[in-house]
Amino acid sequence: MTDLDFEFLRGFLKTRSGLAMTAEKRYLVESRLTPICRQRGLASLHDLVAQLRLGHDTALERAVVEAMTTNETFFFRDRVPFDLFRDVLLPQAIARNAARRRLRIWCAASSTGQEPYSIAMLLQEAGPRLAGWQVELVATDLSLEVIERAKSGVYSHFEVQRGLPVQWLIKYFTQAGEQWQITPALRSMVDYRQINLLNGFEALGSFDVVFCRNVLIYFDAPTKADVLNRIAACLAPGGALVLGAAETVIGLTNRLAPVPEHRGLYGHAAPAPAAAVPAPAAAPLRALAGR
Amino acid sequence: MKTCLVVDDSAVIRKVARRIVEMLGLQVAEAEDGAEGLEQCRAAMPDVILLDWNMPNVDGYMFLQSLRRMPDGDRPKVLFCTTENDVGAIARALRAGADEYIMKPFDRDILAAKLEQVGLVQAHAA
Repeated sequence: MTDLDFEFLRGFLKTRSGLAMTAEKRYLVESRLTPICRQRGLASLHDLVAQLRLGHDTALERAVVEAMTTNETFFFRDRVPFDLFRDVLLPQAIARNAARRRLRIWCAASSTGQEPYSIAMLLQEAGPRLAGWQVELVATDLSLEVIERAKSGVYSHFEVQRGLPVQWLIKYFTQAGEQWQITPALRSMVDYRQINLLNGFEALGSFDVVFCRNVLIYFDAPTKADVLNRIAACLAPGGALVLGAAETVIGLTNRLAPVPEHRGLYGHAAPAPAAAVPAPAAAPLRALAGR
Repeated sequence: MKTCLVVDDSAVIRKVARRIVEMLGLQVAEAEDGAEGLEQCRAAMPDVILLDWNMPNVDGYMFLQSLRRMPDGDRPKVLFCTTENDVGAIARALRAGADEYIMKPFDRDILAAKLEQVGLVQAHAA
């Protein structure tokens, strides 16, 4: 791949997905796009870039974006965010929304479905506390291909063994030969939609909890700020944003602030005393947590 | 240092498991079948046991039942590690007192994740 080809791909990926490819990631571009060359009968990455430059091949454009933005994940990845959801966020949301008995959760980069299904299992385990509630679990991703895979809920025995307690494997999966499939009841809890975070997602409505983990790290600072500001706008009063361990809002937006004592958790920033902005409709998350 | 006993009649599996578990910071002992494994537990109870299902003499299921009746035998975390991959086998192992279940073939990530789930290694090691 020539320097010019790489520069073209950098610009293309930035525009289409927000992905900020640094020069050190050149190897990643080559390793992920070479299989597409083979599938499409293209002799080299140079030929692939030439095809993209023509701007007529939307299927190829989509395949390139999806190849570069699909990332490995597994059930209950990093565990702490899910413990936080079960022990802090869910009880708070139940208390806060007790009158209207409605709960909305968004997985903003759901990949192959392990994150939303992990949350769905925790919601199921909440049992009677959510009886009679309207619970919506929306899962979005840029890639149609991974959304289709997530909808199928089918995973290999390698995938179901990383992070998933075996008791939950036999409770929430059925065996299909060498594969394991999420039960229809759990699959039906997740509403999958294709969303590009660079574009508007306001139509999704307002959420009590937003998981947006390990996706902002691929964006440059202005893109991160833009996405965070728009997530803040769709976060319900008292709602929480869960970011990846290597991600933060600090220095990017003043609409969100870290929740003390809970790394990776963010809520609406408390307005400055003299700020000439409307007061939020409810207290920020850390006040609700009693800290 | 936490200790792990690998009970498996396959020398290859014992070797692979030993390499991974040692990398995760545990001290490893090996037993070729259930009878030898029980002897080792009587001598020194390990913190975690990786247990094969199909073994000559005392199989994994019998081993687990005997282990849980031993003094201090309820303390080790037991991870069944087997090619028996159907739901019925998993349910039977759990009923017998297994804490986790690893389907062969496995890799480092799976073994590390399972050891983390039963509290034997920290998340950063996994």
